[in-house]
Amino acid sequence: MSSRIPLVPENAVPLPSLKANNGLLSWVSSIDHKQIGIMYLIITLIYFLLGGLEALLIRVQLAHPGNDFLTPELYNQLFTMHGTTMIFFVVMPFLIGVGVYLLPLMIGARDMAFPRLNALSFWLFFFGGILLYYSFFTQSGAPDVGWFAYAPLSEKPFSLNKGPTYWALGLLASGIGSVASGLNNVVTILTMRTPGMTMRRIPLFVWMMLVTSLLLVFVIPIITAAFAMMLLDSILGATFFTPAHGGSAILWQHFFWGFGHPEVYILILPAFGIISEVIPVFSRKPIYGYEFVAASTVAIGLLSLGVWAHHMFAVGLGNAANAYFSLASMLIAIPTGVKVLNWVATMWGGRINFATPMLFGTAFIIEFVVGGLTGVAIASVPIDWVVTDSYFIVAHFHYAIFGGSVFAIFAGVYYWFPKFTGRMLSETLGKWHFWLTVIGFNMTFFIQHFLGVMGMPRRTYTYYDMPYWGSMNLISTIGAMILGLSVLIFVWNILVSLRHGRPAGDNPWNAWTLEWATTSPPAVENFELVPPVRGRRPLWDLAHPDMPDEPGAKTV
Amino acid sequence: MENLGGLFNPSSPEMEAMAGLTYYTIALCLVILGIIVIAVAYIIIRYRKKPGDDGEPYQNFGNIKLEIVWTVIPIAMVAVLFLLTCSTMKEVDPPAGDRDPDLVIIGHQWWWEIRYPSSGVSTSNEIHIPAGEKMLVRLESIDVIHDFWVPELGRKIDLVPGHPNYIWLVAGKPGVYLGACAEFCGDQHANMRIRVVAEPEAEFKKWLDGQLAIPRTPTGGIAGEGANLFQTMACMNCHTIRGTAAAARVGPDLTHLADRDTIGAGVLTNTPENLAKWLANPQRYKQGAFMPNMKLSDSEVKSIVAYLEALDEQ
Repeated sequence: MSSRIPLVPENAVPLPSLKANNGLLSWVSSIDHKQIGIMYLIITLIYFLLGGLEALLIRVQLAHPGNDFLTPELYNQLFTMHGTTMIFFVVMPFLIGVGVYLLPLMIGARDMAFPRLNALSFWLFFFGGILLYYSFFTQSGAPDVGWFAYAPLSEKPFSLNKGPTYWALGLLASGIGSVASGLNNVVTILTMRTPGMTMRRIPLFVWMMLVTSLLLVFVIPIITAAFAMMLLDSILGATFFTPAHGGSAILWQHFFWGFGHPEVYILILPAFGIISEVIPVFSRKPIYGYEFVAASTVAIGLLSLGVWAHHMFAVGLGNAANAYFSLASMLIAIPTGVKVLNWVATMWGGRINFATPMLFGTAFIIEFVVGGLTGVAIASVPIDWVVTDSYFIVAHFHYAIFGGSVFAIFAGVYYWFPKFTGRMLSETLGKWHFWLTVIGFNMTFFIQHFLGVMGMPRRTYTYYDMPYWGSMNLISTIGAMILGLSVLIFVWNILVSLRHGRPAGDNPWNAWTLEWATTSPPAVENFELVPPVRGRRPLWDLAHPDMPDEPGAKTV
Repeated sequence: MENLGGLFNPSSPEMEAMAGLTYYTIALCLVILGIIVIAVAYIIIRYRKKPGDDGEPYQNFGNIKLEIVWTVIPIAMVAVLFLLTCSTMKEVDPPAGDRDPDLVIIGHQWWWEIRYPSSGVSTSNEIHIPAGEKMLVRLESIDVIHDFWVPELGRKIDLVPGHPNYIWLVAGKPGVYLGACAEFCGDQHANMRIRVVAEPEAEFKKWLDGQLAIPRTPTGGIAGEGANLFQTMACMNCHTIRGTAAAARVGPDLTHLADRDTIGAGVLTNTPENLAKWLANPQRYKQGAFMPNMKLSDSEVKSIVAYLEALDEQ
């Protein structure tokens, strides 16, 4: 089947790299999964800087009570765009992009199952983002109704500007791209594996991308339909979500969170995948309990579809519904706990090389556990009644999405950058980046747990001058500045290392999965010869013919 | 140490129950976090690669018994947490039966309309309740979704248009409890603040009687001029002053404005000076609020302030 899929024509130079000077056209017209992957990474980095800048402006405004650095309108636009950007145009497309780059390599394929669809997904994401950001240049400004755009605030007559329309159209476009990506990933993983690469042998990153991709296919259409209804309301005068005319405001929340909660797992499962690759390689041990880590991912994926209303405990759905959603949400802690303990057990007894990827991987465990534990706490309805819509929640999900997904993303960038570019990132700059990130991140967000339970609501452009609130917010703002500095170092590291980084060679980390069996960066056709796959760690088996993984590679 | 507020100062039996559950759960979380942190710290020290140590460690693929253990223990923890959740939920939200609400709170962008159905009193942003008494509150919204939150007294509850909700509001002892809107509701979400004034029964009754009084409209002097201005300018399109033709509900009822502690749902303390500043340009203090800058002259501002202050002096 794969032979019939048209591949990219051979380039004039044998290895596609950022330096291959084939002009912009070779990128724009590319259907090569590696080039498309790289484009995802570059664009998400730009959005990461934009979203970060928005966050810093928010933190400057909140540095002391009663600040008038930003107007309320601009503040509301910034927090809306910060959330929307970081979720839809940074974390999600980064993970999709890294998946698009790595999946074919990890399973020994030449490209994705549908290379043209792959390009379409990228360009829908690209232009969706431009549509969203174009709103800043319109007269009415960017959307200012939060990343959740609750009805009826997001509709007429409460929003008369065009911001929410840009928001819905931009996300609609990129969302359709995400569904196509999900479909493409699923088909690729199920049909394009090299001989010997059974489903019980695929790398855990591939397992996690499979579950994530199924979630994309199942849940993005929910929000796509809801966007269409919202646009019907705002453009054609329908009333799906306007109670004053017989619609339902709560219906929007069910649609939004029916998508929105699985979306959280779309943001974290591939991050789990990255961690499940990084920790074994740097501990020099196979992943502990492969089957359990894979199966717990499937469990999380299934459970994630039935927990959405834990975002709605204050809506007044009644205690029977609240109790169900509470229990379902708490259950997710169990497969998640299994994962964390297996990562710790993988490190136990290892010979750990704390290079930058592993520093981020190790810190990920701690930061993510903080976010995960507060997540279990707020699955309890009365605790949610205390902390929901307060800064406690801001702290909670930043520990999950920044401390979790973004720390894993940093680990992944340091780990695979040599494969993507042929050069190593600087370890010295990497350590600066790491320590400033850890300090800045915890300084920004840990204190917000306390602000929340002391009564500070979210999404307010200013706040009461209550005892300690000013100084606690100032600490948070200083932390955010340190975090901003760490990101600049990260970008500097990338720019410098692209030109002057140490050449990486094929397998600088002495890793075991197939992407390391080819050149860095890989040739257009990926592999000259795919090594034989007889176990989960083909390159380990090659290096240790005396003690290959199978049949011992089972949890006993 | 000063009062930290919120969870650290629960002031109703409901809030005490929720705070207890929160402390218990956070303590459990801290124990789990502690175990993970200690394990990782031990690993970092013990299993860090030493210089010159280049061999591969023992290749361990897992252990089913261990997997079962660390699946079952969290299941037990979740079961306990869920039972505590259900019992606390019942304690905070007991069924109200057929009882009529003692209080109706209606959310507006960006202020709170407070009504006492049994007596007909209507006020805004400042809720007087008798201390120690359980008040059944019905919550509605006239525009977008808001959320009622007084951190020391209890749970959050959304005010959803087309979907009335009910909660119990109790303050264990007299005092002023501050709160705010907790669901993002537009430009001035930040300045939609709540003051709950819990008073001994007798004082509450006195306040209620005071609110019921219909003031006489001043006829002469500067206050009389203010009364005229109020009726002839746009004020009465939005506000109510009982005993006059002004009966609109777009903005707060101003009949007993002088009784209140704050102006603009918490943006300014209610003094004649601040009221004058507010009338001169409300947008300066609450940008985006629906009360426009009426471009009043200084003398007009003075007369209207005198009128609003005079309403309560009888």
